[in-house]
Amino acid sequence: MQFQLNEEQIMMQKLVHDFAEKQVAPGAAERDAKEEFSREIADAMGEMGFTGICFPEKYGGAEADVLSYILAVEELSRVDAGVGITLSATVSLCAWPIYAYGTEEQKQRFLVPLAEGTKLGAFGLTEPNAGTDAASQQTVAVAKGDHYILNGSKIFITNAGEAEIYVVFAITDRSKGVKGITAFVMEKGMPGFSFGKKEHKLGIHSSMTNELIFQDVKVPKENMLGKEGEGFKIAMSTLDGGRIGVAAQALGIAQAALEHSIKYSKERVQFGKPIANNQAIAFMLADMATKVDAARLLVYRAAYLKDQGLPYSKEAAMAKMFASDIAMEVTSDAIQIFGGYGYSREYPVERLMRDAKITQIYEGTNQVQRIVVSASVLR
Amino acid sequence: MEIVVCVKQVPDTTEVKIDPVTNTLIRQGVPSIVNPFDKNAVEAAIQLKEKHGGKVTVISMGPPQAKDALKECLAMGADEALLVSDRAFGGADTLATSYTLAAAIRKIGKVDMIICGKQAIDGDTAQVGPEIAEHLDWAQVTCVFKIEVDGQKVRLEREHDEGYEVIETQMPVLLTVLKSINEPRYSTVKGTMKANRREIPVLTAGDMEVDPQHLGLKGSPTQVRRIFTPKQRVQGELIQADSSRAAASMLVQKLSEAKLV
Repeated sequence: MQFQLNEEQIMMQKLVHDFAEKQVAPGAAERDAKEEFSREIADAMGEMGFTGICFPEKYGGAEADVLSYILAVEELSRVDAGVGITLSATVSLCAWPIYAYGTEEQKQRFLVPLAEGTKLGAFGLTEPNAGTDAASQQTVAVAKGDHYILNGSKIFITNAGEAEIYVVFAITDRSKGVKGITAFVMEKGMPGFSFGKKEHKLGIHSSMTNELIFQDVKVPKENMLGKEGEGFKIAMSTLDGGRIGVAAQALGIAQAALEHSIKYSKERVQFGKPIANNQAIAFMLADMATKVDAARLLVYRAAYLKDQGLPYSKEAAMAKMFASDIAMEVTSDAIQIFGGYGYSREYPVERLMRDAKITQIYEGTNQVQRIVVSASVLR
Repeated sequence: MEIVVCVKQVPDTTEVKIDPVTNTLIRQGVPSIVNPFDKNAVEAAIQLKEKHGGKVTVISMGPPQAKDALKECLAMGADEALLVSDRAFGGADTLATSYTLAAAIRKIGKVDMIICGKQAIDGDTAQVGPEIAEHLDWAQVTCVFKIEVDGQKVRLEREHDEGYEVIETQMPVLLTVLKSINEPRYSTVKGTMKANRREIPVLTAGDMEVDPQHLGLKGSPTQVRRIFTPKQRVQGELIQADSSRAAASMLVQKLSEAKLV
């Protein structure tokens, strides 16, 4: 059993780490305070090739593995979790389903610009009344000759408004239940396709979250992804992969909390000695480090399984659920170690805790992950 | 234009730890990076290539793991890489290092320009670049922050303590460059992948025309007796006040209290 990254993965990790430290970290606190998305960073990530890491060269990618891409999400999230999810939404939720289910023509049209980083991607499944119950969609697509007419709305969509390419789900046959949902590739600028209000969130302020609104949008049939009625299957398999991305995001946040805590507890002097010399703090650090490592092993294993073409649905759910729960715990512990300073916005750890919370919720709440895992072990 | 860039792999830390017994750098547990000034040198070379055509070859003398540093330069956009590595080179000081690198550059063949970083952040000697020029009997210009090439003519701006100089010279020439010359580019994911899959050729002592007496420890007149981190000076007191006048009077008060004025 191999527990080490290979040479290529180490190089990729270093590449993204340097980029994250130099280009992303300096403005992270400011973007958080201003709730500001940086298109500049998104474009720079595209130019660097981050969106193409795990796609074949013929589609504009670098043909590296999924784990290399997951390392990128982790490294970015370590300094700015909003930037991490910007990448994950583009790659895992938009580019991947097009790669897995798209026709050759769709891959050339949509996957290539995503992988080359000239366009951003997004994924629209959630609706006001269809959260975990994704099957109770209200967005409808009605076939009309060579196209569909799409009506409805989607909420909490990462990259909405900024992205040029969207994978969107709509009901094409209500009588068939989940088998009546179909996936479409939508493009920014289609007449009738607009964006609602910007969401104000607890955390991940540097990521864009917005509403998608469809009013009689004419969608050509060649924009249908997969077959009619395959939408739910596409959505679920996409979320399996997206969970590894969110798990990596949570891991990056947790890693940052650990690093900040170690540094601070060695520097902060009370009663004439660094607080790290108190066993109460030292043992907290030991627990945090152990949890972060355990999460890392689960996350990397899920990515490894995906790379090997092996089933990974259960393992991705485990990784997402565990890494995000750990992220919540260690970020809270980090604030505890920082004491009053931790609660202050002058220090980065309160941001980490706000950012961590979402990882327990999106790509399926951690309760849903437990449904996935329990269903698998009870089968 | 055939450009050679000399790079060194150095420990990624500004606080280099020294083994008190052997007086050598402790490399264990310290991640390695390309010496930052050398990245400026690679960037300068790539920019010249982009403008005038030609080829950029990066070379490094070091242990096999120095290949990682060379791969990083290939990922930035260098065309070729060459590792100069042999047990016989071990323990080399700047003289033996520059002698070996000069021999390796002769082996490459026609070279118009050699670019080095100003100095390495570990040893901080700034000697290897200039010494290579001496071994090759080439012109050299150090501390360069601007390069313009016009045919065989090279116009350089270099910094020194009292300002800067504009120097015109002919190729072949060796330059050492400052950090201010450019902002080294990031390597992209694709560049990194391609570089990682490249085989880096290795030049050993047997491949070059060298006198074994001039290599490694044997060829090194400098013997390091002791290296130490100087004691940190006690930090001064910072006087802060609303106005410069108020600050000045506080300063005078403190000085007179200390009976210094």
